[in-house]
Amino acid sequence: MRLRLRFAIPLALFVALAAGLFAGLWLKPQELPSPLIDKPMPAIQLPPLAGLDGVAGFATADLKGTVTVLNVFASWCIPCRAEHPELAKLTADPALKGRIHLFGINYKDKPADALAYLHELGNPYERIGADQSGRAAIELGVYGVPETFLIDAEGRIRFRLPAPISAYEMDTTIKPALRKILAEGPR
Amino acid sequence: MRAVLLGLLFALATASQALAIAPDEMLTDPALEARARHIGQSLRCLVCQNESIEDSEAGLARDLRAIVRERVTAGDSDRAVVDYVVSRYGQFVLLRPRLEPATWVLWFGPALLIAGAGAAIVLRARRKRSIAEAPLSPDEAAAVARLVGSEAEKS
Amino acid sequence: MIGEIGQFALILALALALVQGSLPLVGAQRNSAPLMGLGSSAAIAQFAFIALAFGALIWASVADDFSILTVAENSHTTKPLLYKIAGAWGNHEGSMVLWVFILALFGASVAAFGRRLPPPLKARVLAVQGLIGVAFLTFILFTSNPFLRVFPPPLEGDGLNPLLQDPGLAFHPPFLYLGYVGFSVVYAFAVAAMIEGRVDPAWARWVRPWTLAAWSALTVGIAMGSWWAYYELGWGGFWFWDPVENASIMPWLAGTALLHSAIVVEKRDALKSWTVLLAVLTFTLSLMGTFLVRSGVLTSVHSFANDPRRGVFVLAILALAAGGALALYAARASAFERAGAFAPISREGALVLNNLLLTAACATVVMGTLYPLLLDALTGEKISVGPPYFNATVLPIMAPIAIAAAVAPLMGWKRSDLATALRRLWAAGAVALLLAIAAFALTGGPWAAVLALAAGTWLIAGALTELAERVRLFRIPIGDSLRRLASLPRSAFGMVLAHGGLGVVIVGIACAQGWRTEKILLMAPGDTTTIAGRTIAFLDVAAVQGPNWRADRARMEARDKNGTVIAELTPERRWYPVESQATTEAAIHTNGFGDIYAVIGEPEGQTDRQPGSAIDKTARWVVRLYINPLQPWIWFGALIMAFGGVLSLTDRRQRLGAPAIKPLPAGSRPQAAE
Repeated sequence: MRLRLRFAIPLALFVALAAGLFAGLWLKPQELPSPLIDKPMPAIQLPPLAGLDGVAGFATADLKGTVTVLNVFASWCIPCRAEHPELAKLTADPALKGRIHLFGINYKDKPADALAYLHELGNPYERIGADQSGRAAIELGVYGVPETFLIDAEGRIRFRLPAPISAYEMDTTIKPALRKILAEGPR
Repeated sequence: MRAVLLGLLFALATASQALAIAPDEMLTDPALEARARHIGQSLRCLVCQNESIEDSEAGLARDLRAIVRERVTAGDSDRAVVDYVVSRYGQFVLLRPRLEPATWVLWFGPALLIAGAGAAIVLRARRKRSIAEAPLSPDEAAAVARLVGSEAEKS
Repeated sequence: MIGEIGQFALILALALALVQGSLPLVGAQRNSAPLMGLGSSAAIAQFAFIALAFGALIWASVADDFSILTVAENSHTTKPLLYKIAGAWGNHEGSMVLWVFILALFGASVAAFGRRLPPPLKARVLAVQGLIGVAFLTFILFTSNPFLRVFPPPLEGDGLNPLLQDPGLAFHPPFLYLGYVGFSVVYAFAVAAMIEGRVDPAWARWVRPWTLAAWSALTVGIAMGSWWAYYELGWGGFWFWDPVENASIMPWLAGTALLHSAIVVEKRDALKSWTVLLAVLTFTLSLMGTFLVRSGVLTSVHSFANDPRRGVFVLAILALAAGGALALYAARASAFERAGAFAPISREGALVLNNLLLTAACATVVMGTLYPLLLDALTGEKISVGPPYFNATVLPIMAPIAIAAAVAPLMGWKRSDLATALRRLWAAGAVALLLAIAAFALTGGPWAAVLALAAGTWLIAGALTELAERVRLFRIPIGDSLRRLASLPRSAFGMVLAHGGLGVVIVGIACAQGWRTEKILLMAPGDTTTIAGRTIAFLDVAAVQGPNWRADRARMEARDKNGTVIAELTPERRWYPVESQATTEAAIHTNGFGDIYAVIGEPEGQTDRQPGSAIDKTARWVVRLYINPLQPWIWFGALIMAFGGVLSLTDRRQRLGAPAIKPLPAGSRPQAAE
């Protein structure tokens, strides 16, 4: 039984492949990295949600000066309902209170439906921009709802979560990222 | 009527798979529309599974189709339109991966594989034949003569 | 009760598989007839129990037994009977039961039909089959049990994905699995041969019918999937290089290479290590396909629910099966005696080239499918690989295969002459060239389609030329030729049909893609339009009710140039309320040479309309019309190929096993042959 090296090549290739497939089981193919990380927030301007008194729309300039959590949501989006309590908890967190803003983009929604949604669940957002055409969201590279962006005081996008915020996600990714950005201070 | 005429213009078009597009989305200039479709067929619909934005009925696909057509009408080159989308969504939106160091194996692999395997086969065949064609040593020649001779005696 | 019977049957089958996977191996080592014979009994019994379990699952689905979780999750009382039966395998758990059912079916077939196989070989083959059965039955019982109960049982099920409620669903997976799982037999033969340390022409002859059976089934399965996509997904495409489609074409390409490689082993006792490797690789690709579809590592139209735990299990099975066999290969392949030298220009040489190209095409599809995953795992960079990549890389490899496939059958074994073979093909070349010139002159058509048309025609004509050569057409009296034709072995016809069928597929794809006409427009009832010489009149649109859906159904009438009615087309757009999903039902009229393909969309501007709701009589509707020339040839060609495979399979020469060797009377000397 002579062991010729070339007959071991298929085995070697397969072992490498199997290792790759194994590693692949723990990846998240649906969560895409944003190419806008560390880049300035694109220029957008959104009107307020019709019928919601006291809550203004916003433009990119309004994001400068404070760290902002920008959440894209819609009344027709079921995971948005599921993550809503997390958003409310975020603004109530004593360590973050007063140091962050929570803005919302209402994505491709009918104003009446959005109002009903906020009426039912409560409004955690300081400002809401109504993006009925979805164009502003495209400027941000949004491909699904909900998505959440973290924008620093200079107006740079620092983090994007293309998934609903679960309690786990909040503790392991969002809050640490927020703390890191806040700790940096003005750059 | 205009829609019917537009349709007629496309009757002579070469193969295109644009299939979720509605008549009101199509551009009036057939050359621009053809360009837009060609670009759209290389862009992935991110909320679908394995469809281009031209093939998908999803809202995001519709929006991106509109953007591609806007950019094309505005005079952007094909590359510029694609870059516009890639700068917002990343490389993943491309159905045809860009040629860059990370994808050299992907693009050059098949050709290299054929060339390499082909060369290996040819070399081995040559070596086998040269072994087979090597002349007999004196001992081997004598052994052959003995065997052949003994058979000739028997029959 | 039915659920418990099913579950218990699976457990018993597992026990039998354990027996089948161990004792016959021992028996083969020790040459113990009773232990080797145990393999056959176990295989047949295992099949009986799995059939019982499968039957129980289907029964539960038909009886609307929603206390069983898989039935509750995938069925509904209003679902038509056909889909209650077929839906039993339309989900992950049920499809795995179908998988082991077919595995056991093949095992029992080897036990029943492999009477002429030498007992040690047969025992080892059945043992390997048994081990695969152990792996998958364990997988089912521990991670994907279809008989799990749900309490309290819901009054109604969740329903089946409307896209899957289609006759094509009933037949596509079984054929596909017959292919995937059928290659397990060839794999088992290869492993058995490596254990024995011997590959010879007899082995190749025994392996051939199983390879042909699996390959033919896989060809039909892939063709059905493609046809289903064409008429069901509503946009006339038939191949998207989707990961799951790729998962089926990879073993097909490897299996085709295997078929041809085994011929060389059988006829010339050469290419042994390559053939054994291909046998292992083909089944490995089947297993990898199973892994890709069910583990969630790739996004695809087809993916079943994603569960990393299941993914790890299937990957473990894949690693053991492929890793074990390849390790055996690394150790044993050098021992296979090399015989039958041949010149590069010969039929063997051509088959080596064929092997190389098919394997390269297969490797390219593997690479394109897995690259995003591997790159992500290695560097975190996320890219995507879609149809433009595959079309640019795989098609140029298929082209030389198509061209060579016409030449190779006309070449002799061992040493041949290319010029003679090409001379015999002058007529084929002339036809292909003339057709290409005519097509280009008449249509100025896309050059890729013209070239593909030429290649396909070349292949069809080449296959017919080979047949003509065999009967010495025009060189001997026509009566003699016909007599020769009648006495040709089936495998000769099989080859002509397989190669010719491939040519038909290529011609079909070339014309359907290259010369397709499309028209997308808004039409109101009463409007007419013309497309490619045909007039399409939009008669009316109405709301209709189906068993578990509502739809907008349009009626259109197609007339030819002279005004004669060709067909009435009724495309629909359906809404399935239980699943809250819309589907498009295209209306296709075919005359065998082309399709009229009509799709009805939404009324102008109402992109979120629910089909089946009130109809505005004055609205204009989005209508998509296509004329696809020679589209049905794609599937006719595939069926011809599969038929050729089955024809070869039933060749009497295939079924003769090793002749019985009578022992010589003691003391006599062997006589020399005359």
